[in-house]
Amino acid sequence: MVAAPVSTSVAGSAWSASLLAALPVPAGPLAPVQERGRLALSARPLPGRRDEDWRFTDLAALTALDPLSLAAPPPPSQQQPPAAAQVLRLQLDSDDDPLAGVQLPAGLSPLTEPELKQVLGQALEANGSRDQWPVLLNKAVASRVLALRVRGRVAPVLELVSDAGVGPGLLPLRVCLVLEEDASLSLLQVHQSGGANLTSVLVEALLGRGASLHHGLLAAGAPDSVLLAQVAVAQEPASEVTLVAATAGWGLVRFEPRLHQVEGAARSRLRGLQVVSQRQCADTHSQMLFGGPDGSLDQLHKVIADDAGRSVFNGAVRVPRAAQRTDAAQLSRSLLLSDRARVDTKPELEIVADDVRCAHGATVSRLQQDELFYLQSRGIAADRAARLLLRGYCEEVLRDLPAAAAAWQPLSIVLGTPNDR
Amino acid sequence: MIRPDAPVLLEICDLEARVDDQPILKGVNLTIRAGEIHAVMGRNGSGKSTLSKVLAGHPAYTVTGGTVLFRGENLLELEPEQRARTGLFLGFQYPVEIPGVSNLEFLRVATNARRAEQGFEELDTFAFEDLVRERLQVVQMDPAFLERSVNEGFSGGEKKRNEILQMALLEPLVAILDETDSGLDIDALRIVAGGVNQLATADNATLLITHYQRLLDVITPDFVHVMAAGLILRTGGKELALELEERGYDWVDQELAALEVA
Repeated sequence: MVAAPVSTSVAGSAWSASLLAALPVPAGPLAPVQERGRLALSARPLPGRRDEDWRFTDLAALTALDPLSLAAPPPPSQQQPPAAAQVLRLQLDSDDDPLAGVQLPAGLSPLTEPELKQVLGQALEANGSRDQWPVLLNKAVASRVLALRVRGRVAPVLELVSDAGVGPGLLPLRVCLVLEEDASLSLLQVHQSGGANLTSVLVEALLGRGASLHHGLLAAGAPDSVLLAQVAVAQEPASEVTLVAATAGWGLVRFEPRLHQVEGAARSRLRGLQVVSQRQCADTHSQMLFGGPDGSLDQLHKVIADDAGRSVFNGAVRVPRAAQRTDAAQLSRSLLLSDRARVDTKPELEIVADDVRCAHGATVSRLQQDELFYLQSRGIAADRAARLLLRGYCEEVLRDLPAAAAAWQPLSIVLGTPNDR
Repeated sequence: MIRPDAPVLLEICDLEARVDDQPILKGVNLTIRAGEIHAVMGRNGSGKSTLSKVLAGHPAYTVTGGTVLFRGENLLELEPEQRARTGLFLGFQYPVEIPGVSNLEFLRVATNARRAEQGFEELDTFAFEDLVRERLQVVQMDPAFLERSVNEGFSGGEKKRNEILQMALLEPLVAILDETDSGLDIDALRIVAGGVNQLATADNATLLITHYQRLLDVITPDFVHVMAAGLILRTGGKELALELEERGYDWVDQELAALEVA
């Protein structure tokens, strides 16, 4: 029983070492970050089952990728619907600067290099994710960061899209947003992949007092593709964040939204939906950290697990002594559609303050027989009734995506079928 | 309306059914002709709700004996959806909430499934909206409820109105209404009962399952059946319901005891 973790770790180290050796020399404005990332990564084996945070996460889809194939980004694919009106779409997966030739709308401006130096990594540092393996990987590889300042209310939805396509490679995407006091932004990230490649996403957002961010992340992958996504948000008081994430189809997804209410007194809403089938694995590790009193969290995480799919949810809520009168609610709901599917779900509440409300709940169930029968008793065939119920189940999360997401047909993405008429 | 020559819509013979290993129905006999309104009364646990669920095809119940003919065909071999499409309707005692599924879409899919069976063409979104707005008036329902998820957050009365709205859209031949009066205040009861009365014709039939006389004050039954211990113990006219109201159910126990002795 001792041999397994050692061999995993050796294999993991070899995998990391091969990847690091294959990477091109650090270059560009992020060269120093890349150097530090690589140094840190070289000292860290791949996470494995001995790491509490990765205990249930099957990394097979990641280690199945040839590290040598990850030295460069995959050839771009870019199959996408036309951008809706009132949407500013930026393509993150091309060689060009995503801002080249783009007329930014009122309220959006690029961060200057000194500004970037000051803020980059700040949110990661504050919420303790600086040294997470997926973060180090992104730092080691990303040569560019899309860094924007947001002033006032930005009308268009900012859409950040990538498609890793079917070819091999590693697509590192890094975004840094600074929302000034009372600024508001609607942001939609859409990440797609159709083959054996790795998409690494690292987003940081700093919200000033009274700022508001509505953030959607929609990710559609393939059975041999991997997505590692980290979203770190730091919130000043009176700010509001809604983060809605829906993923489906990836061989492996590891999604880590980490929210930090720096002084409390802010509002955070998290909505998650992960769909796994075949032998896919999806893992959401969320963390909510209240740094002061009067903060609130409203979190709903949903899962559909079919075939031999595997789902992991770990929802950490940290309420230190300073965070009195915190009001947090977390609900995890999982739908098991197969006997071979597996769901691991765990709330992780760390509450020191005494005057708080922290509700949490978790359910794992099959499709409700009563709901199915109700639909059937109205003449709707069993398979269609099941599809309707699945759609309803997903809609509870998808309806909270920014409206611009409709162009991407999120329901088709998560259920893999065209919209049922 | 009793017409002895009217066609038989539903014919239940010696029906026995169980849930898990518990026998509930122990030989129910009931014949329903077009144009008739029947009421089945009885205490909790008498089997009256089970009868409605067995007829609708609820998977939790197993039929262990007897036959049910619906328009002359074997009802028991049909899937629940096929029973509905051919014109059997169950109004639920506790209508199910289905979050995320739009009520309007649910109603349209259900209506089209019934229409297809009848050989009518499917209604598109616009044609259906016209139809549903017209039928909403049967139960004086606010169109806002169409935009919500099926029954989600509806009050008891709103759920029951939504049931009768479905009945108005599906135009069943036999409607079984399971405790449709439960949880209704007197105004809601009048509206729901008014809807049922409007939908009753010489060609269809209604089976009301109820505890109380008060529903039968507003929907006049042609036949009243008293159910106990999985059997229909006695059948009479509407005066039987009044008698029950007056005397309570104690005499039922005596008759049952007499049956067991015999």
